[in-house]
Amino acid sequence: MAYAHQIDYAQRVIDIRGLYKSFGPLKVLQGVDLDVFKGENVVVLGRSGTGKSVLIKIIAGLLPPDAGTVNVLGRHVSELSEEELRMLRLKLGFSFQNSALYDSMSIRENLEFPVSRNMPGMSKTALDDLVKETLDAVGLLNKIDRMPSELSGGQRKRIGIARTLMLKPEIMLYDEPTAGLDPVTSVEINNLINEVQERYNTSAIIITHDLACAKATGDRLVMLFEGKVAKAGSFKEVFASDDPEVQKFYNYNFIQ
Amino acid sequence: MRTTSLAFLSTKRHSGRFFYNCCAFTPAQGFDVCLYTAVRRCIFQKRISLANETTQQSGLGAQWEELTLGLYDAVRFLGRLFRQAIRPPFDFHEIIRQCFEIGYRSLPLITLTGFVTGIVFTKQSRPSLVSFGATSWLPSLIAIAMIRALAPLVTALICAGKVGSNIGAELGSMKVTEQIDAMEVSGARPFDFLVVTRVVASTLMIPVLAMYCAFVGLMGSFLNIYQNEKTSFITFISDAFEQIGFLDIGTSLTKAIAFGFTIGAVGCYKGFYASNGTQGVGKAANTAVVLSMFLIFIEELVIVQVSNWLR
Ligand SMILES: Nc1ncnc2c1ncn2[C@@H]1O[C@H](COP(=O)(O)OP(=O)(O)OP(=O)(O)O)[C@@H](O)[C@H]1O
Ligand SMILES: [Mg+2]
Repeated sequence: MAYAHQIDYAQRVIDIRGLYKSFGPLKVLQGVDLDVFKGENVVVLGRSGTGKSVLIKIIAGLLPPDAGTVNVLGRHVSELSEEELRMLRLKLGFSFQNSALYDSMSIRENLEFPVSRNMPGMSKTALDDLVKETLDAVGLLNKIDRMPSELSGGQRKRIGIARTLMLKPEIMLYDEPTAGLDPVTSVEINNLINEVQERYNTSAIIITHDLACAKATGDRLVMLFEGKVAKAGSFKEVFASDDPEVQKFYNYNFIQ
Repeated sequence: MRTTSLAFLSTKRHSGRFFYNCCAFTPAQGFDVCLYTAVRRCIFQKRISLANETTQQSGLGAQWEELTLGLYDAVRFLGRLFRQAIRPPFDFHEIIRQCFEIGYRSLPLITLTGFVTGIVFTKQSRPSLVSFGATSWLPSLIAIAMIRALAPLVTALICAGKVGSNIGAELGSMKVTEQIDAMEVSGARPFDFLVVTRVVASTLMIPVLAMYCAFVGLMGSFLNIYQNEKTSFITFISDAFEQIGFLDIGTSLTKAIAFGFTIGAVGCYKGFYASNGTQGVGKAANTAVVLSMFLIFIEELVIVQVSNWLR
């Protein structure tokens, strides 16, 4: 926990109960319960294919759950109409595993797009200022007129995060923000996640395999195993456990 | 066991499950979503139960199911398309950009094919008219052929290849790289922005291109006729349009509008619902072309038949 921030344990921004999801015969989530409190960074750990991405896609309403309730900012995601879901999503920032930048648009247009689609009345200068301010926050103001294909993986991740920040979200969902990045860039991303939380006062779910990232950004860790939450608690609590699965994870990250 | 997917819903064993599936979805999602999900699930459950029961299903039955499911998806897509197209806000700016992409960028290809078609058709028709000494009929023959049949069809086939595959590949790659999901979660209404604008633009632009193609084709034909028969331009034009009535132009435009809509809608449908990574992108582009060409021929047949009844 690099930064001290306020967590309000009386207010749940995400509340998931008994979440099930399968794809045909493949059972992915089998009864996941998860809370995120206001101002909290929750790290979700788990091996590849345990359904971490599926979990946050369900939170964002991109995939329908098979069973269970998903409550985000007091609304049941699967019961919302199309328009209500759209309004809710404006309060979510989703940073995709592969950044998902719009590769036919420049960085500036990438950042302008969500705002101009949702607030068509915003003036050109105000929008321009907002783009510059946000790019400055992720430290990539000098790339404003580049195309996504001209950026490195780490830069793309940061632009992806910047794009979600344009709408001033209340909840950030990071899908593997440091995967495939070198340790130095990873540290930069970790700092960025913490800065975002300070600056925009967000709550967040951070999905990662990277324990350094988990340690640096997470207030609480949740470990998914075989479709369920296997362990939850602070970094120390989770890795004090002598559960072989947990230990395998730890050893892989720090001893290899 | 030859059953269609709807027939099996009526069998006793599956109807209970169907109603269960219907009820399992929240009414807030709307009736059509409930029904759709229920049908999908029934078919899926049936597939699993069939897989467990050792395969008795003939290939034909499975294909029927795929077909009904595909039709159902397509009808839902069209419903959504029409609903969103008439509902504000409208993305005029993007529609104009797409018109430019689809219309203007196809001009060179249409110019070339229209011109060549006109010349070739004139050259090929001449010998049979010469034997009757009726070469003066050439202009009206060419005009009828170009305006009634060739221009809309040639334009549509060229555009199915150029525009349809482009839309399929573009939306397909946006889909598989999660760019469409990213638009969705930022509340940017990707269906309106990507699909509606492209379908509207291609519905508007293909008729324009078809008229242009007819014009260029007639010019090609005129050059050839001028070279051989020394017919003046005025005579050529008045001969050419002697036989062309309002119905011909109306039918031709109707065809072009239908073709334009087909090209846009099929390309978007295949692209917007692409899956399976880069392989899916190629497949989306490819099936967009094949399916829209197939549909274009069917529409051609139907519209020509109807216009002949009207004549
Ligand atoms: N749209 C889909 N259709 C079918 N199966 C899917 C779909 N999305 C995910 N899956 C399957 O669900 C499982 C979980 O996928 P998910 O992407 O959530 O894994 P993950 O935990 O994010 O893994 P990674 O750490 O590698 O990103 C995988 O086995 C995947 O094959
Ligand atoms: Mg993932």
